[in-house]
Amino acid sequence: MLHTFVAYVEDLPGVLTRVASLFRRLNININSLTVGRSERVGLSRLTLVCEASTEAGDRIRASLYKLENVVDVDDIAKDPAVTRELALIKVAASPSNRSQIFDLVEVFRARIVDLTSESLMIEMTGVESKIEGLIEVLREDDGRILEICRSGKMTMRRGHHTSSVLKAMGAKTEDIADADAESSEIAKESTVIEPE
Amino acid sequence: MGTNANQQASNAHLTTPTRLTGAEIVWATLVGEGVTDVFGYPGGAILPVYDALRKFPIHHVLVRHEQGASHMADGYARASGKVGVAIATSGPGATNLITGIATAMLDSIPIVCITGNVSSKVLGTDAFQEVDITGITLPVTKHNFLVNRTEDIAPALRSAFQIAQSGRPGPVLVDITKDAQQGSAIFDFAAAKPRAYRPHPMLRVEDSGLAHAAELIRNAKRPIILAGHGVSESGAMEQVRTLAERAQIPVALTLLGLGAFPASHSLNMGMMGMHGEAWVNHAIQEADLLIACGMRFDDRVTGSTSTYSLKSKKIHIEVDPAEINKNIKVDVALVGDLREVLEQLLPRIAGRDGSAWIKTIESSKGAVAVRDIKNLSDSGHLYAAHVIHDIWRITGGNAVVVTDVGQHQMWEAQYFHHEHPRTLITSGGLGTMGFALPAAIGAKFACPDKEVWVVAGDGGFQMTAAELSTIVQEGIKINIAIINNGYLGMVRQWQEFFYERNYESTPLISPDFVKLADAHGIQGLAVRTRPEVAGAVEAARSAPGTFLLNFLVEKEESVYPMIPSGSALHEMILRPGHDPLLESPDDK
Repeated sequence: MLHTFVAYVEDLPGVLTRVASLFRRLNININSLTVGRSERVGLSRLTLVCEASTEAGDRIRASLYKLENVVDVDDIAKDPAVTRELALIKVAASPSNRSQIFDLVEVFRARIVDLTSESLMIEMTGVESKIEGLIEVLREDDGRILEICRSGKMTMRRGHHTSSVLKAMGAKTEDIADADAESSEIAKESTVIEPE
Repeated sequence: MGTNANQQASNAHLTTPTRLTGAEIVWATLVGEGVTDVFGYPGGAILPVYDALRKFPIHHVLVRHEQGASHMADGYARASGKVGVAIATSGPGATNLITGIATAMLDSIPIVCITGNVSSKVLGTDAFQEVDITGITLPVTKHNFLVNRTEDIAPALRSAFQIAQSGRPGPVLVDITKDAQQGSAIFDFAAAKPRAYRPHPMLRVEDSGLAHAAELIRNAKRPIILAGHGVSESGAMEQVRTLAERAQIPVALTLLGLGAFPASHSLNMGMMGMHGEAWVNHAIQEADLLIACGMRFDDRVTGSTSTYSLKSKKIHIEVDPAEINKNIKVDVALVGDLREVLEQLLPRIAGRDGSAWIKTIESSKGAVAVRDIKNLSDSGHLYAAHVIHDIWRITGGNAVVVTDVGQHQMWEAQYFHHEHPRTLITSGGLGTMGFALPAAIGAKFACPDKEVWVVAGDGGFQMTAAELSTIVQEGIKINIAIINNGYLGMVRQWQEFFYERNYESTPLISPDFVKLADAHGIQGLAVRTRPEVAGAVEAARSAPGTFLLNFLVEKEESVYPMIPSGSALHEMILRPGHDPLLESPDDK
């Protein structure tokens, strides 16, 4: 089955290797992995999706917790959650056939973020199937898609939820590691989804 | 060895923040963590640390190969329950530590390894003797640190000590760049204290789980306690014993569990698993309840998992949540420190009558149990079992025995009866040949007043025999028994059973071990017949220095019983019809 793990990890060099290495050792392929700043200073939040047996979930979660730099792990599995992915798609488009793509973009509730005489860039946020759908339609014209960049899934539980671990850690501004000015600058840059 | 002045100076560092070099901070932090002995080998990238050693009251043991350093730290930790420390330089020095680190990882042994690395300016440039040791050791350490700032040394080392000992123990490596060792920073021991230990969030001992476990124990007709390494790691010997005695439950031990429950106790059935006695494994297959205490259902213990103890309910008391349902699915998981869990469980356990089940097990032992090796007549052949038995008998079972890996290791487990925890030091998980001699040196430093015996095969002994020089340089006394059968015996046994006796690459030429000892200035004796054994063991014990005994034993003897790898527990290869303790294969 498909497992979705959400983890808070310390924002330090090598932490991602430790997480990835755990899956490597179990010979589990990581379907998607997104990492970025969290609401907590010094902690990154990652969403990791992988295919593994149903029983493997608990063990992977327990093993993730054993990594010193991992603070919290949540196995979202089938619980109600919002999952989104961001895609940037560059397509070949001349002034003569642009309007067709504009229509498509509107139907899929995506948007154009870059436009030149030969190409345009589509930004789309949504569930995986929706993004797949847009790509499929764009592919109907051979050679139209020039580049695709996808973020991988990011997931958040629905409703009011804070893990017992994070709750025990107290207020969200509590320092795990000192944040300096430089890191908060990066935090701004790595904000991926802008409010619409 | 440091002087009193050193002692006073380094004590002052611990209470008053002082500006020190990184190298001094390394030692000052070790002093603060209570370290008195370290095992290591100098080299370019760790030289600043070695240069500062003379100022601190820590004894450094110069090893002959860095693998020896990590095994010594491991042996020190196993014998004492404290953290063992190994030090090496960058590159080959660091990579040589790895076998010892992995050995400690697989057996959950708390050691801290400190390696030097090239200066941070050239890190990642393939500089001379540079290796990515934190990358290489990532899968075989509990955690590791790459430190390239002087001010980070003390916090990293203090965290390393905490991580190594907490929860399920394990090895931690701290890699320190040369410029960090050379730089200076304010050393503030108290401020470098790691954040409070964060227990694994999946540790869970619920009331319902305890109640369920107590109910299973109350209703069980054929229960068995499986006691593992966690019993001694958690210090739960008394609690396990109370549980066994109060509810009259027989106890089976894993290899690393030996000593955690007294061998002489009437409820002790002996070792389980691949070379465990047949009645133990049969009882596990017939049991209706297994109470697994600090053990992990290793494949050497379960045989085929699909046929393992199918009639039983299983209670698993274990500190590592990742072990729950890993190999064997269990009915009740009590995830926490074994001693604490048992203390919660014991008030719910009432006395019960276990006599019928104990009687069934007793009757299944047959003639094997009543046979005492020392009463067997001498056939003119020398068997390893005789040697081990005599060492056990003559030392009164009070020695710390450090084994290597192979046939002799299993014979030790079968014929040396351990009464106390930390008296058998053996590489169970990784099965590291060459472990015995260096680990015994570590054990001797941990317990200088105890009698330490090495029991090794002729193959494994040669892997780390260079450490004989370390023994001489340190002037310590260890008794060494080489069980010399001229083969890589356990591999030969597998070839006999499973590869049509094709003894490929297992016959082994060895040096004359007594002469080898002599070349080191160590006394030795070759023993060829059974009547000589006791005298030789006595001679070794009474000699003032280290003594090596080369026991030339029966060449093609096998360890029985044996569960072939991947077979069910009840599908054992039993001792052949003739008595291998009396007859040799050559007698036919």
